[in-house]
Amino acid sequence: MRRREFSLFILILLLLIAVSLRAPNFFQLGNLYDIANDTSILIMVAIGQMMVIITGGIDLSVASGIALSGMSVAMLNQYYPNIPIFVIILISLSIGFLLGSFNGILVSMAGIPPIITTLGTMSIYRGFVFVLSSGEWVSAHEMTEEFRELPRGSLFGMTNLILAAVLLVLIFAVFLHLSRTGREIYGVGGNKVAAQFVGINLKKIHYLVFVLSGIIVGLSGLFWVSRYASAQNETAFGFELQTIAACVIGGVSIMGGTGTILGVVLGAMFLGIVNNALTVINLSPFYQMAIQGFVILVAIVANTLVDRRNQLAMLRKRKL
Amino acid sequence: MIKNNKYQPDRPHPLTRIADLLMTWEFILFVIFIVVIIVNSYLSPYFLDLFNILDTTFNFMEKAIVALPMIFVIICGDIDISVAGIIALSSLLMGMASVAGAASGTLVLVGLGAGLAAGFLNGFLITRFGIPAIAVTIGSMSLFRGISYAVLGDQAYTKYPPSFAFFGQGYMGNTIIPFELVLFIVLAVVFGLLLHRTTFGRKVYAIGNNATTARFSGVPVNRIRWIVFSLSGMMSGLAAILLTSRIGSTRPNIASGWELEIITTVVLGGVAISGGKGNIMGVIIGTFLIGFLKFGMGLINVPGKVMNIVIGFLLIFAIMLPGYIHALRNRILLIRQQEKPRYASSGQSE
Amino acid sequence: MQSVLECHRISKHFPGVKALDEVDFKVRAGEVHALIGENGAGKSTLVKIITGIYPPDAGTILKNGETVEFRNPIASQMAGITAIHQEATMFPELSVTENIYMGHHLTRSGSRLLDWKRMKLKTRSLLEKLELEINPDTKVKDLSIAKRHMVEIVKALSLDARIVIMDEPTSALSLREVEDLYKIIRQLRTEGQAIVFISHKFEDIYEIADYFTVLRDGRYIGEGKVAATKVDTIVQMMVGRSLKQMFPKTQAQLGDTVLKVEGLSKTGFFKDVSFDLHRGEILGFFGLVGAGRSEVMQAIFGIDEVTSGEITIKGRDVHISSPSQAMDHGIAYVPEDRQLQGTILAMNIRENTTLPVVDRLSHYSFLDFNKEREITRQYGQRMEIKTSGWDQAVGSLSGGNQQKVVLAKWLATRPEILIMDEPTKGIDVATKARVHEFISQLAAEGLAIILISSELPEILGMADRIVVMHEGKITACLDRKEADSEKLVKAAMGNLLS
Repeated sequence: MRRREFSLFILILLLLIAVSLRAPNFFQLGNLYDIANDTSILIMVAIGQMMVIITGGIDLSVASGIALSGMSVAMLNQYYPNIPIFVIILISLSIGFLLGSFNGILVSMAGIPPIITTLGTMSIYRGFVFVLSSGEWVSAHEMTEEFRELPRGSLFGMTNLILAAVLLVLIFAVFLHLSRTGREIYGVGGNKVAAQFVGINLKKIHYLVFVLSGIIVGLSGLFWVSRYASAQNETAFGFELQTIAACVIGGVSIMGGTGTILGVVLGAMFLGIVNNALTVINLSPFYQMAIQGFVILVAIVANTLVDRRNQLAMLRKRKL
Repeated sequence: MIKNNKYQPDRPHPLTRIADLLMTWEFILFVIFIVVIIVNSYLSPYFLDLFNILDTTFNFMEKAIVALPMIFVIICGDIDISVAGIIALSSLLMGMASVAGAASGTLVLVGLGAGLAAGFLNGFLITRFGIPAIAVTIGSMSLFRGISYAVLGDQAYTKYPPSFAFFGQGYMGNTIIPFELVLFIVLAVVFGLLLHRTTFGRKVYAIGNNATTARFSGVPVNRIRWIVFSLSGMMSGLAAILLTSRIGSTRPNIASGWELEIITTVVLGGVAISGGKGNIMGVIIGTFLIGFLKFGMGLINVPGKVMNIVIGFLLIFAIMLPGYIHALRNRILLIRQQEKPRYASSGQSE
Repeated sequence: MQSVLECHRISKHFPGVKALDEVDFKVRAGEVHALIGENGAGKSTLVKIITGIYPPDAGTILKNGETVEFRNPIASQMAGITAIHQEATMFPELSVTENIYMGHHLTRSGSRLLDWKRMKLKTRSLLEKLELEINPDTKVKDLSIAKRHMVEIVKALSLDARIVIMDEPTSALSLREVEDLYKIIRQLRTEGQAIVFISHKFEDIYEIADYFTVLRDGRYIGEGKVAATKVDTIVQMMVGRSLKQMFPKTQAQLGDTVLKVEGLSKTGFFKDVSFDLHRGEILGFFGLVGAGRSEVMQAIFGIDEVTSGEITIKGRDVHISSPSQAMDHGIAYVPEDRQLQGTILAMNIRENTTLPVVDRLSHYSFLDFNKEREITRQYGQRMEIKTSGWDQAVGSLSGGNQQKVVLAKWLATRPEILIMDEPTKGIDVATKARVHEFISQLAAEGLAIILISSELPEILGMADRIVVMHEGKITACLDRKEADSEKLVKAAMGNLLS
C-alpha cells in the first residue's frame, strides 16, 4: 500500500468517525450495509473507467451505457418473464460488450480521441434508451420477482451485488498486476512510443479497455435497474462524473499511466460515504453534486501539490 | 486578402488557391449545410418560411455564443466542459438578485460577472497548478451546477422584471429579426477578428500548436490561457442571461447537456480537438447546420432524444472526416511538391 | 574474421534530403566499433535501419553472412540486435524492474501469471553485476538522467543481445558513470558481443573503441583501427576540410561588459554560476549533456526561476522572470531543440519569424501582414533561407533551413546579447559553415554571443573564451589561447582547472 492509498484510508476513517459523532445511527450495521450496496456499482464501473483512463483516455458513455443496458434487460424481463436470470446476466454482459466494442473500434481503428468518441456515444446510447422504450418506464411491478431479487440474494453473508463487486475487484486486481496484458495497459498509458518499441499492440489495448469497461457497464446496468426496481430514460444520469471522481480521488492520474484498484475502491468508498452521510445528517441530497465537484477539485489540487513537493525533494537530493 | 503585385512571390498561383478552397473543411461543411436545407424544405413546407427560420434561431443562438470562446479554448489545446454548469450558476445568481429586487441592468452585470468569476476560477486552477483542463472542468462543472441544485433543489426562480425579457425574446425595433441573432452576429465578427486578425489570436494558435516554442518565444502562455477560460466563462454568463430571459425562469437543470452540443459545434466546424487548427467560418457554418438540422427534425416530429443520437453520430463523423480529408490533401500536396523544383538545401553541391 | 553484422551499400532518402548514400558498415563479434560522424552525417539513420525502424531504399543487411530483412523493431530484436537510444524510451511511472521487463514479462512455470519475484531477482542480479546501486523497485521517474541511461543499458542486456548499439551513451554521464559504462562495455566484449558505439567524442573513441567507421553527409568515408589512427586523420575524415577552413573566426575587438552573472543557483540544476560577457565576444560554454548549461541560459532568459544569484545587464541589476522581459533587456535565446522549442512546425516561415516581435509589428493589437512579410524577407534573406515562399510551412523545410528560421526569428528581435544553444546540432556541414561565418559576423558587428556547444572543434574554433561546466558548476574558464581538447574534456568530466 503506497502513501497515497494510505492517506486516503486514514481520511476515510476520519470521515467515518466525524460523521458518526454527528449522527450515531451512521455506524449501524444496517447503514454500513447500505453504503456497501450503494457503492458496489460505483466501484465496479470505476474500475472499468480506471483502465480506460490509465491508457490515456476517458469513458464518458458509462452512464448512458448503464441506462441502455438496464432498460434493455428490464424490458426483456417485462415482456419475456420466463427467461431465467442467468441468461439475463449473460445478455447484459453481451450488450455491454457491444457498447464497449463500438467505443473501442472508434478509438482504436478510426483513431478518434476517446473524449470525443464517448461524448458522442454518451448521447447516442442515451438516445437509444428512448427509442427502445418509447419514453416509457419499466417499473417494479413489471419486473419478475427473480429479477428484483438479483442484487439482494444472500451468499456468504453478502448480497449478490456486494459479492459481484468483490469478485470484480479480485479479478481485475489479478488481471492488472499479474497478467502481461494488464501490465501492457500501464505500458501504453505510460509511454506509448516505448510501448510500441517493445512490441505492444496499441490498437489491441485501446480496444480492450473499452470493451472491458463496456462489459462492466452492461452488468452494472442490470444491477442498477434491478436494485432500484425501475428503468427510466434518466437512469444513472450524470453517473459518469462519479466514476471519474472516484478515480481521481483514488489517485488515478488523468494523464494516464498510473492507478491502482485499491485507490479506486477507496475513492469510490469515500464518495459513497459522503453521499450516505448527507442523508444521515439530514442534508438535502441536492447537495450531492456540489460536494462531489468540490471534492474532485480538492483531490486534484492536493495530488498536484503533493507531486510538486515530491519533485522538489528529488531535486534537493541531487548533488547540490 | 490584399492583392498586391509587389508580393507575388509569396502567394501561390490563383488556380491552386481555388483548388485549396474547394478542399477546405469549411466548403464541405457549407455543401452539407445546403443539403440539409434542401432536404428539410422537401420534407416540410414550414421550413423555408423566413419567420420560422428566424424564430428557430432562438433555439441555438445561446449555444452559438458559448461556442465562440470555446473555439479559442480548443485551439489552445484545452477544453471547457463546465460551460453549461456556469450557465446554471449564473442563472442562479441572477435569480437570487432578481428576487432581491434587482433591475434588469443589474441582472446583466450579475450574470456576466458570475460567468467571468467562474471562468476565472477555472483558469486559475488550470494555469497555477498545471492541472489538465479536462480534470478541472469536470470538477467545476459539478460544483457550479451542484451549487444551483443545493440552493434551489426542485424549485425555480420565476420572478424576473418584465424588461428582462427583451434579451432572450426581443426583436430589433419593429423587425422580425431577433436580438439574440444580431448579438451573435456582432460577437461572431468580434471573435472572428480577435482570432484571425489580432496578436492575441496569433498567440492562441501558437500555444495550441507548440506551447513550448510559444513560451520560449516570449508568449505569456499561462496568462493567455487564463484569459481564454475567463472569456469562456463570461460568454457562458451572457448565454445565461439570454436563456434565462427567454424561458423566464431559473432551474438547476437549465442548459443541461449543452456542453456536448457546444463542443460538437466547434469540432464539427473544423477545430481540431488536439489544438492549433480551425477557423471561425467553419464554426459559424456548423452552428447553423446543426441548428437547422434540429429545426428540420423538429418539424417532422423527431423527438429530442433521437435528435441527440443524430448529433452524437454527427460529432463522431465530424472527427473522422477531417482526418480522411487531411490525408487526401497531404497526398495531393506531396505529389505536387515532388513536381516542384528542388531547392539545394542538403549541401551536396560541395 | 567473419562479420556478425554487415551493411552493404545501404541507401535511404527522405523528402528533400538523401540521408544515406550507399553506405557500407561492418562489425565483428567481440569488437567495440565506433560509428563516427558529425551531426547529420547519417549515423542515427543507419542505426534506425539496422534496428528495423526504417526500411532501406536500397542495399542489404547481412547477419553472420546471411541476408536478413527487418520489417519492424521486433524482428531486429529477435535477431539479437538491441539498441539503446538517446531519447529515453522508459515508462516513468513504472519500476526499474518493470521497465526492463515490459513486453516480455516472466511468468510462473505452467501458468500465465507473472512472476514478480523472479523478475526482481534477475533485475537485481543484473544491476549488481554491473555494480549499479539502483533499487529495482524505484520508479524510473525518480531516477536521474544518468541512472535512467544505465537502466536502458541493463534493459538491453536483459534481452541477451549479440549486437548492442549505443547512441551517444556518455552524453549525460559523470566521470564515474562513464567509467562504469566502459567497464560494462569491456565485459560485453569479452563475452563475445559486438558493440556499436555512436559518438563524435574523441575521448570515448580512443578510450574504448577497437575499430571505427566514419560517415559524412550520408556517405561512407572510411574505416580503420582506432589505435593505429591519429585524431587529426579522423577529424579530417569527419569534417572534410581542415579545422582552419571550418571556423573563419576573426580576431575580436572586445567591448565593454554587457552581461554579468554572479552566484546564480537553482536547486537541483546548477550552483554558483558566475561569468561575464563583453560586446563583440563569443563566450563558449562547453560540457557534457546534463551539465546545466542550457538550464543556466534558460534561467537568464526568464524561462525558469533561479533560487539565488544576480544578473547585471549594462551595469544595471535586473530581475528577469519571463522571456518577454529578457527580450526587453536585449537578450535572445536560440534553443537547443529546434523542433520542440525553436519552431512551430505547423506554422509558416512568416508566422514563426515574427512570433517574438508580433506585438511590435502590430497596430493596437491588429496584425500587420505587410510589415510581417517585410521583416520576414529582411531576415530570411539575410539568413539565406531556401524556400519557395514565406508562406511555406516550417515543418516542410530541411533541418538546416529550420535552424535558419530560428536564427532569423531571434535576429529580428534585434538583440544585444545572443545566446545560442547547440546551434549547429543536426545540420549538414555546408550550412554549419555558413552559420559559423554568420556568428562571427554578428560578433564583429558588436553583438555579445554565448555559444553552448558539445563539439570540441566548434568550440575551439569559434570561442574567444570558454567556460566549462560539470554537474551544475563551473569547472574552468579558459582563454582561447590556453584552451585545448584535453583540458576541456578533463574539465567537462569534473576535474577542476585552476
